[in-house]
Amino acid sequence: MNTITRPVVEPAELLAVEDIEVVYDGAILAVVGVSLRIEEGGIVALLGANGAGKSTTLKAISGLVQADRARVTRGQIRFRGQDTAGVAANVLARQGIVHVLEGRHVFAHLTIEENLRSGGFLRNPSRRELEQDLERIYAWFPRLKTKRKTQAGLTSGGEQQMLAIGRALMTRPSLVLLDEPSMGLAPIIVEEIFDIVAQLNAQEGVSFLVAEQNINVALRHASYAYILENGRVVGEGAASELAAREDIQHFYLGGKAD
Amino acid sequence: MNFFLETLIGGLLAGTMYSLVAIGFVLIYKASGVFNFAQGAMLLFSALTFVSLHEQGVPFALALLLTLLVMIIGALLIERLVLRPLVNRSQITLFMATLGLSFIIEGLAQGLMGAQVRALDLGIEDIPLFVGEVMISQFDLIAAAVAAVLVALLALLFNRTRIGIALRAVADDTRAALSIGINLNRIWQIVWAVAGMVGLVAGLLWGARQGVQFSLSLVVLKALPVLIIGGFTSIGGAIVGGLIVGAAENLAEAYIGPLIGGGITPWFAYFLALVFLYIRPAGLFGDRAIERV
Repeated sequence: MNTITRPVVEPAELLAVEDIEVVYDGAILAVVGVSLRIEEGGIVALLGANGAGKSTTLKAISGLVQADRARVTRGQIRFRGQDTAGVAANVLARQGIVHVLEGRHVFAHLTIEENLRSGGFLRNPSRRELEQDLERIYAWFPRLKTKRKTQAGLTSGGEQQMLAIGRALMTRPSLVLLDEPSMGLAPIIVEEIFDIVAQLNAQEGVSFLVAEQNINVALRHASYAYILENGRVVGEGAASELAAREDIQHFYLGGKAD
Repeated sequence: MNFFLETLIGGLLAGTMYSLVAIGFVLIYKASGVFNFAQGAMLLFSALTFVSLHEQGVPFALALLLTLLVMIIGALLIERLVLRPLVNRSQITLFMATLGLSFIIEGLAQGLMGAQVRALDLGIEDIPLFVGEVMISQFDLIAAAVAAVLVALLALLFNRTRIGIALRAVADDTRAALSIGINLNRIWQIVWAVAGMVGLVAGLLWGARQGVQFSLSLVVLKALPVLIIGGFTSIGGAIVGGLIVGAAENLAEAYIGPLIGGGITPWFAYFLALVFLYIRPAGLFGDRAIERV
């Protein structure tokens, strides 16, 4: 009798960060040893207090560190197995990594619709494809459609966050880096945004790496999480396990994770 | 009354010439936050190139096309050799770079094509036109029409095309533009090329009026008050600013001039700009940060 042994299917690695160090202006050390891994279709949270190195880690992955006069001085970042060292942010966006910056950064003087369109340009789509993509985003964020002709700078914080995510989705990414999406928003709006993120993940297979200070919300929606402190990963684990640990809650209030 | 109208209309039409110069600045300032001091040099260079080609017997349309080509190649070179190496540097660094660039372009222009004053004949006869009793310069009228067409084209480019939206996106937030895959180098190339084209139009009109020579590059200085009044970030502002400066200069010369012995035109625009700096530092149409209250 033969038993067919099925190989254990390891989920495919989408992104791997290996022990990176990031230095600003050639002198200021922001990240000293961060390693993390995102699987195809995963939602991973990056937790930590202000200044822990979350944003810098995201910028290192998206290539935007270069625009901040910073450099990855050690370690390696691989996206789909390819080393991304020295690849410009706009090229990485084309390859599928899109970064939703902390504080939204919508184009304030452009209308909501122009903001969204701008996200589609990199693929050089036909007019019809672009319209279809727009409708797809409006289906996810109906609220944006009602304000399509409004200047983005005049919309509410929640709408701007949705717009920033929608604009990023227009690039048809495989990995979205979401930096502090809950910042300055009412809890009910935060919940709405995270719900949409979870659905996008489930239905369209988009992977997310979410940097958050709001640990509870993040752990509820992520499957795996890393905890950053002083530029280092000091803990990691499945989101459900971390959520149950008391020291995590303690750490959130400014204590030490041990 | 006729005298007043004549002075006012003459001033407004002359003002469109200032607007043309100012628009070149606004384009580059909007897209990269750089005050491009070399805009005047680009203007001189384009006018000199055109005149030189025309003098060699190249027909008008072909000379125009070739000059345009030269300006586009120039824009690509500037982006590659000057801007790209200085990416992410402070605005003042970039400003100094354009200052240096202006000397290089001026030197190149005069070295290659000579420093003597050249006449530029665009074939526009400057016969005064009479509308009722009011005399209008035909040249000014045509110059104003050219400026209007140019502005309409730019408005179409900025509001109706993907490149235009991308340009405005970069002007709003460079980093966010980068994050969604907009290629900044490409944008800068386009903006400098468009600014070069605007410089060409302005250079030809100014050159036809006052001869093509080194002092053409000094029209930059006339653009400054226009920008301060209209705002550095608005093409509409550049137009209105130019009109205000043109009209105010003419009216001041005609009405205040006799009282203090004339010679008002050279400085009145700066005086006006100073007043604006006190009461409206962002200019009439300059972007104040949009903030939701």
